[in-house]
Amino acid sequence: MDTLGIKKVSKHYGNFTAVDRVSFQVPQGVIYGLLGPNGAGKTSLIRIINSITMADEGEILFCGETLGREHQAKIGYLPEERGLYKKMSVQDQLEYLGQLKGLDAKTVRTRIAEWYAILNMDEWGNKKIEDLSKGMQQKVQFVATVLHEPQLLILDEPFSGLDPVNTNLLKQEIRRLRAEGTTILFSTHRMEQVEEICERIALINKGSLVLEGPIADIKQRYKDFLFEFIFAGDHRPDFSDETIHPSSREQGIVLQLESLEQANTRMRQWMDEGYVIHEFREILPSINDIFIKIVTTEA
Amino acid sequence: MRKILLIARREFLIRVKNRKFWLMTLLGPILLAVFMVVVGFIFAYSGDDEKQVVIVDEANLFEGTLKDQANFYFTFSSESLENLRKIEEPDFDGILFIPANEDLNRSEVTFNFYTSKNLNLDQLSSLKSIIQSEIREHKLKMLNVTEDQLNALSTRVTIQSEDIDPASSASETSTVKSSEFSSYLGAGIGMLMGFIMYMLVFINGSMVMRSVMEEKTNRIVEVVISSVKPFELMLGKIFGVGLIGIIQFLSWAILIPVIVLLGNLVFGFETDIQTLESMNAAGSISPDDMEYMVYQFMKEIDQVPWFKIISLFILFFIGGYLIYSSLFAAVGSAIGDDMQDSQSLVLPITIPVIMAFYIMLTTLRVPDSTLAVWSSIFPLFSPIVMPARLAFDPPWWQIILSLVLLIATVVALVWVSGRIYRVGILMYGKKASFKELGKWIFRKDI
Repeated sequence: MDTLGIKKVSKHYGNFTAVDRVSFQVPQGVIYGLLGPNGAGKTSLIRIINSITMADEGEILFCGETLGREHQAKIGYLPEERGLYKKMSVQDQLEYLGQLKGLDAKTVRTRIAEWYAILNMDEWGNKKIEDLSKGMQQKVQFVATVLHEPQLLILDEPFSGLDPVNTNLLKQEIRRLRAEGTTILFSTHRMEQVEEICERIALINKGSLVLEGPIADIKQRYKDFLFEFIFAGDHRPDFSDETIHPSSREQGIVLQLESLEQANTRMRQWMDEGYVIHEFREILPSINDIFIKIVTTEA
Repeated sequence: MRKILLIARREFLIRVKNRKFWLMTLLGPILLAVFMVVVGFIFAYSGDDEKQVVIVDEANLFEGTLKDQANFYFTFSSESLENLRKIEEPDFDGILFIPANEDLNRSEVTFNFYTSKNLNLDQLSSLKSIIQSEIREHKLKMLNVTEDQLNALSTRVTIQSEDIDPASSASETSTVKSSEFSSYLGAGIGMLMGFIMYMLVFINGSMVMRSVMEEKTNRIVEVVISSVKPFELMLGKIFGVGLIGIIQFLSWAILIPVIVLLGNLVFGFETDIQTLESMNAAGSISPDDMEYMVYQFMKEIDQVPWFKIISLFILFFIGGYLIYSSLFAAVGSAIGDDMQDSQSLVLPITIPVIMAFYIMLTTLRVPDSTLAVWSSIFPLFSPIVMPARLAFDPPWWQIILSLVLLIATVVALVWVSGRIYRVGILMYGKKASFKELGKWIFRKDI
């Protein structure tokens, strides 16, 4: 079952088309990356999913039902531009935001206490937001987003401003939530995080969907058949007639071939000739490379 | 509804928990009183510049004595004016010359005052009144009339209005008030009501605006409206801050009389008696009248329909507050981070409030003028003008018409503001014009 089904959704602001007939499905229980350069239409789309604004055309299904305001209580949203009431205490703030999502006062308190323990925030309850560091505020906002145990969690740049320790802590929690069945829509520019965390991605550029699917498939689709061979010792075949790409290692070489089979044939040949191969791998393009490639060729 | 209440509760608690709120609420009336006393002193301040005046009294008008008063110190000189004027570096500030041949029976006389430094306006009028009262006494003596005889000539007249209908004249429902005091009292109460209303609408309206702007610049608004409708957020905000306004009004309604009472206990009726004494000195009221006035005043205060005034005041407050706070909310949503941009948008809202305030002031003098009646019915003015008229017992049809129009306007303007607000809070970086706000109202979706 898909948590989210986006079907030919468009959104216009005057003459400007922010989202242009975008369609994709977010299956339940995955971490789904929503990527795109600045101004691509990610935030516009996220606002539509949150029922903050409405799509001009198209339909969005939430767990099979047409999306409406009643689903707001099942969605958690951490916007990129963070905001909390500066003068309010952490506890009051979390209770307020939790109750706005429909929780009763007692449940909210229990859950807040649980999250304090998980994120090491035990002594923060009475502190005012303005007295907290940016990273601490970030954690408070994260808790506010997940308090009502949403089925769909939308995180827009969740790690910006966090130190490595807290980034790790949060990643761990995101993975735990995923394991418990929460679907996570993760929007970011940070490609290394996408590769690390996401299973599927959608790439949006200038309002249109340009790429969608599981990360492994996409990498396969965009690969250049680059293979890296690392030989043991200095004894290497002669590559003087071939174009060698630089390798990350001293004893290695990178060749562009036509297929994986061809790479295997070459290795067998070298081994028969007495060369010792220490390591072999196919070099897949990073999502970052694919992203830049698509965005720049489109421009 | 539950969410609106949650939002209202937050807006309410965050302010009530703030010490500054209580400080303002409790100290507000005291500060106001102190302010008024200080203003009174400033106006009463007449300068402490002492003047030594030499009088050359050829007409023997003062018969050789004149009491020093109002920072004027008088001495008589038998020297001639010419000689006195020749003195270099004199030890006096001026010479008042009363020529011998002056006919004091004329209705207007002019005396010369020789000085190197002009008298200021206050000193000039003091000196004039000193001489005027001396001439008056002089004339009385010449005519052989005493002050009491003169007072006996004048008669104080009071116009007592009575209802023309004999049936209602005796009853409580009479719309015609029994004495002229009720006009003063009505004006006093009206002024207080109008002023409090003006303050409440302004202070609380801009509180709503600031709260909207804070959420927008903080970006928390995006989180909140992913849980509630923008309209719910706006209403909750308005209700929460409005409750604050009502609490402030009620605490002032209790505090102001308490402070007045305490002030009277501590200082006695000093101020009032002083005013009355000064009136008495001018020869207009006898001590018997004074007692009567105080009695009358107390009786009138008792007869004021307090319950009606206060309950209607609260209704008009709610109406006026809803209109202006929703407009302030709409404007706040369109402003964003830059306060400087806000002026052009805030001004059109503040103009009717200020106009209403000035109309209210004229209403106090002529509570039944056409301007007063129609302004107290026109919904943008009525919340401030009508409370000022309430003490004068306006006809019920006017109150009801005013309330009906007010409610209709509340519904319309809250709706319009909600439409602007839902778009405005999501707009960043762009300065909105009125034309754009108009477009937002009719935009189908956001």
